[in-house]
Amino acid sequence: MSWKIWSLKKSPWVFHVNTGACNNCDIEIVNLLTPKFDVERFGIKLVGSPRHADALLVTGVVTRQAAPRLQEVYRQTSKPCVVFCMGACACDTGIFRDGYHVVGPVDKIIKEVDPNAIIAYVPGCPPKPEAMISGVVKALSIL
Amino acid sequence: MNQEELNNKLAEIKDKLTKIELKSDTRIYLYCEGENSYAVNKFLFEDVPLRFVIATGIDSDDCFEVIYHYSYDQTGCVISLKAFIRDRENPAIESIAPFLPAAEWIEREIHDILGIDFKNHPNMRRLILADDWPDGVYPMRKEVKK
Amino acid sequence: MKETVKKPILAVGPFHPLQEEMEFFQLTIDGEIVTDIDVRLSYNHRGIEKISESLQFDQIPFLVSRICGICSASHPTAYVNAVEELAGIKPPERALYVRTIINELERIHSHLLWVGLAGHFIGYDTVFMWAWKYREPVLDLLEEITGNRNNYGNVKVGGCREDVPNELVPKILKELDEIEKKTEMLTKAVLDDPVLHARLKGVGILSKEAAIKYAVTGPTARGSGVDIDVRRDDPYAAYGDLDWNVITQTEGDVFAKAVVRLLETFESIKMVRQALKKLPDGPVAVEVKEIPPGEAVGHAEAPRGETFHYVRSDGGNRPIRHKVRAPSYVNVPSFKASCLGQRIADVTITLAAVDPCYSCTERLAVIDQHNKVIHDGESLLRLSREKTAQMRKELGVPGLKMEDL
Repeated sequence: MSWKIWSLKKSPWVFHVNTGACNNCDIEIVNLLTPKFDVERFGIKLVGSPRHADALLVTGVVTRQAAPRLQEVYRQTSKPCVVFCMGACACDTGIFRDGYHVVGPVDKIIKEVDPNAIIAYVPGCPPKPEAMISGVVKALSIL
Repeated sequence: MNQEELNNKLAEIKDKLTKIELKSDTRIYLYCEGENSYAVNKFLFEDVPLRFVIATGIDSDDCFEVIYHYSYDQTGCVISLKAFIRDRENPAIESIAPFLPAAEWIEREIHDILGIDFKNHPNMRRLILADDWPDGVYPMRKEVKK
Repeated sequence: MKETVKKPILAVGPFHPLQEEMEFFQLTIDGEIVTDIDVRLSYNHRGIEKISESLQFDQIPFLVSRICGICSASHPTAYVNAVEELAGIKPPERALYVRTIINELERIHSHLLWVGLAGHFIGYDTVFMWAWKYREPVLDLLEEITGNRNNYGNVKVGGCREDVPNELVPKILKELDEIEKKTEMLTKAVLDDPVLHARLKGVGILSKEAAIKYAVTGPTARGSGVDIDVRRDDPYAAYGDLDWNVITQTEGDVFAKAVVRLLETFESIKMVRQALKKLPDGPVAVEVKEIPPGEAVGHAEAPRGETFHYVRSDGGNRPIRHKVRAPSYVNVPSFKASCLGQRIADVTITLAAVDPCYSCTERLAVIDQHNKVIHDGESLLRLSREKTAQMRKELGVPGLKMEDL
């Protein structure tokens, strides 16, 4: 197991990207920092730049305007990294599938840049914080 | 002003309106032609005065409608002014943003999604569609499917 | 200092972990003072009004509750108000009370969320942790009643999907007592703190005239002395039956808006208590057959202000036009009036005071007259927090600690 994967599993640093979401998933992600869930004690840290991140937490359907920006974040994120699609919108555009301004879902946009991207899906609308933590831990243990 | 006084006040502009519909105690619909929309809106916002809520742009097959919604909070009355734009080829209407900054964004949005030109708008630029959205495609027009 | 003009989001600078939705604000400055702002909205545009035309009337509440995560009770409420008016449907009394309870519980956790974020932006992270910790019980209550912490999916045309079971009422009342106690502690800690007074008073003032010209609503309006509230002005649900007060302040600054939100939280607790005690018996929904041709408007008081829906039907299963206006659509542009003339250290908190339905302060960038980006969201946040720390040092007041709360 490479040193990078080992450190990723030990304490993943995550970067949050919103590509056109209603905020629910985003607020639940921020909830992870708060005392009730407090993910920092597991070593999971929200960082301020994709360059420091091991994983991306992506919410939202990926609107037309957000798509190129999402791709740029992905390029800037150090590899290897895991892209977590948080919530129904990110997994499969949810109820906004037919929107004229929706070009997602997230995996389609990421794969245009990197067909071998590692992508994990955490469904829910929004996924409960427990589900998010469970999803992140599960994905990293498979890696 | 109570509701009756409000109704009387609204009647002051009736020469610029084609119809006044008192749907209920708290719901009034005013109808006018696009050319008179500026004068009626100015009257509603400044003279009555009413609180501007939002505008709705509609593609109504044979014409376009811009419905300006206002609220008279003292009685809970919502007054909706329907302005009809008959020219479908080059739909245009006078912007009310010069005296009503609250209308700036919604006129930009209606321009994006329906292609209606708001004359003399202080800042007409794209608001909600992506930078690379094709010009001339107006998503809320009936003929645009997706 | 960054040399080139940057485009939105990433290029502008690091995302902040607390950033939520994407907008792009560009501020132009002269020295330390903001002279102009520009906003770009399209990152979040999903084309909801068009999607609505392809959904049936009873499916639309699920769509509109996802317009915004924290107004997810008020959008469906405003929508069904419109449709029920259009079709002449009268939901049962009990449904009106359940709607009131859900909407007010949402207001409580939304205002607490705001207090937390505002605290974070000025460097009071204890306030942030504390406020977000104490909104959790409200979310748990909502989950017990509706099945979800957010996106309750409870309001429908004709009534409610889920009832508040009578057996649950004593538990909710007990929880409310706890929540009220914590909110009292938080309010006292915030309103009595001399550093917060110094930091937030006189900052980001929205004058009453500007509030009217920008047609703002909600706490943004009430903080500037504009006495409007849909719950009182055009009562819907059970608001006409309850005894409560509309909270206003006159100064129009960030402090005034904080006071409005904190005091409103107590009014909401009061309203939920009354609604639970007066909960009438009976069903929570009537059967809805057809929606006839016609048009109607419906509005509701979301935590951020008036949510407004317009619905037009031609007698079919789907609306032929559905217009949605969230309160932030009129509140956010007023940022231009409250932000011009402010120092850049204050822009983050001034924008937050509007409580945009998107925490877009990280989407802020400051440009100088040569069109160079010289501050991004992260550095603006840092400036804001530094200003508070400086004030605290000058006033000689120790910082709030978690143990204090």
